[in-house]
Amino acid sequence: MSFLQSLTERDRVFDFMTPQAKKVDVRHGPILYMEDVTVSFDGFKAINNLNLTIDDGELRCIIGPNGAGKTTLMDIITGKTRPNEGSVWFGSRHNLLHMNEPDIASLGIGRKFQKPTVFEALSVFENLELAMAADKRILPTLTARMTGEIKDRIDEVLETIGLAALRHQPAGILSHGQKQWLEIGMLLMQRPRLLLVDEPVAGMTEQEMERTAELLTGLAGKQSVVVVEHDMGFVRSIARQVTVLHQGSVLAEGTMNQVSMDPKVVEVYLGADDEEAA
Amino acid sequence: MSLTTESSTNFWLTRPFSERSTQIFLGVLVAALALVTILHVAVPAGNPLHIGAYTVNLFGKYLSYALLAVAVDLVWGYLGILSLGHGAFFAIGGYAMGMYLMRQIGDRGTYGDPVLPDFMVFLNWDSLPWFWHGFDMAWFAFAMVLLAPGLLALVFGFLAFRSRVTGVYLSIITQALTFALMLAFFRNEMGFGGNNGLTDFREILGFDLRTDATRLGLFLATGVALALGFILCRAIVTSKLGRVSVATRDAEARTRFLGYRVERFQLFVFVVSAMLAGLAGALYVPQVGIINPSEFSPIFSIEIVLWVALGGRATLYGAVIGAILVNYAKTLFTGIMPDAWLFALGGLFVFVTVFLPKGVAGLLLHLKRKKRGDDDSTPTDKIQEASV
Repeated sequence: MSFLQSLTERDRVFDFMTPQAKKVDVRHGPILYMEDVTVSFDGFKAINNLNLTIDDGELRCIIGPNGAGKTTLMDIITGKTRPNEGSVWFGSRHNLLHMNEPDIASLGIGRKFQKPTVFEALSVFENLELAMAADKRILPTLTARMTGEIKDRIDEVLETIGLAALRHQPAGILSHGQKQWLEIGMLLMQRPRLLLVDEPVAGMTEQEMERTAELLTGLAGKQSVVVVEHDMGFVRSIARQVTVLHQGSVLAEGTMNQVSMDPKVVEVYLGADDEEAA
Repeated sequence: MSLTTESSTNFWLTRPFSERSTQIFLGVLVAALALVTILHVAVPAGNPLHIGAYTVNLFGKYLSYALLAVAVDLVWGYLGILSLGHGAFFAIGGYAMGMYLMRQIGDRGTYGDPVLPDFMVFLNWDSLPWFWHGFDMAWFAFAMVLLAPGLLALVFGFLAFRSRVTGVYLSIITQALTFALMLAFFRNEMGFGGNNGLTDFREILGFDLRTDATRLGLFLATGVALALGFILCRAIVTSKLGRVSVATRDAEARTRFLGYRVERFQLFVFVVSAMLAGLAGALYVPQVGIINPSEFSPIFSIEIVLWVALGGRATLYGAVIGAILVNYAKTLFTGIMPDAWLFALGGLFVFVTVFLPKGVAGLLLHLKRKKRGDDDSTPTDKIQEASV
């Protein structure tokens, strides 16, 4: 049968003809589903047979000693690192292993890096404006107008991150904690479904930590949030579900109390403390 | 800047007109143009207030330098690209104009050839090189004034920004670009008159270049071009694209991560800037009466950056102030003590770096704030302060 004839087969659907499903399908519960994922760098298994499921709207904390694979895990989800084995699904429709970084980002996975990078010369308002999901080609950007709708959206995020009073201030004068919130706000402007937050409270004061905890718990329900954090007190204050990573796989999962009673977890953390002390 | 962000529902090109700084700038410029015209035309020659044709010509030259400085400030101040080769775009725009003016000479040259410019006859060429065709038509030549530098910037910028060459490396490459072009234009075989360049111009659009009226016209045309160029640049920097540029300047990787194709934005702004520089060159050439490869010299490109630094980076009007101040000082000094000019320029630069790190524009902002009291400073000022 010739190629042309094969194309006329009406009962077959070809890959290139399937419409790109934009909507994330979460009818079955999980927004992120990772199964048997393994990543090795020159034989060293940074992630080893990892299984992880995040439900839609959940706030999940991931803890673990240094080298447990937390950052690599985030890299896999955002498409920066490709696993050697396993599967990663976003909802039940999108296979993240078949997508590149920008596509994954536009699908609604936002990532906040450890070190806050905001545009210091621009105002808080303008920082959020640039982060907004919009047509980002040259001419639409040149002729972009500030509509009431966009303003409302920015105002809403300004309220959420508690920086409404500082909207006209250049981001450069913000404190470290405020910059972290602005950065979270910039992620929110992209309307993500899943938010990956890497060590949000590093270097924060007590009050700033409390405020951050409020902010993140407030987001849960609307967005799914995954927080990687070292600070146990902070994790205790926000987490309902905690996943403990160790040597690239899940060591324990449950509420903070369950997890902290787990003898395996205690051992790993004591071991980590010893290493740090040495 | 920030206030207009939230109320900018209007058309992007007209946005600058609602800015206080642009209104003041345009007001001062129009007043200056009118004043010079009146003092030149209406005041009799014997009167001490009379401005002679020579001075009008000189002011016209300053204005074309000011437009060039605005173009450099657009890429340096707002995009963070320190171009040390903008003289090349200026010179290419100038050469495009020069070629038109050469063709206008017709058979009135020394050798009387109806088509070939004098230097080609002198070199025993029997026909026009292909790239000289079309320059007898004003519309074609004027289009080339913008297109030729734009095209060079497009190709150069495409290669540089695609490979993510930025910072010092880009500055060095732009220096190399203008130096290479200088060497090329020095060669007679290039067909641009070698080291003598193009000169002996007679008329532009039918007007005799040596009459006072034409000189005044050129001066006014340069003023209008400066105003339009300024408004265009202001419209760009107050648009969302301008904010993406500033974001690129301060944190390129972060901007890319937000989903902006940074290299395309850099290329766009770079090409616009190169075209403005070309326009400045085209207005400069008929006023000085010559274009030769010395305009390509790396020193000249560095000097332009000095004007912008002196005037104050990332304000646009600072660039205009810097260009006019330095060139006025240059005229004064080279008249009084020609040998001391470079020392004076160096000293001026050291003085400004030490005492006025934000240039003259920074000083103006500071004085304005002091007058109003510190708490009254607008976010624009603070952003300006943070960015300069």
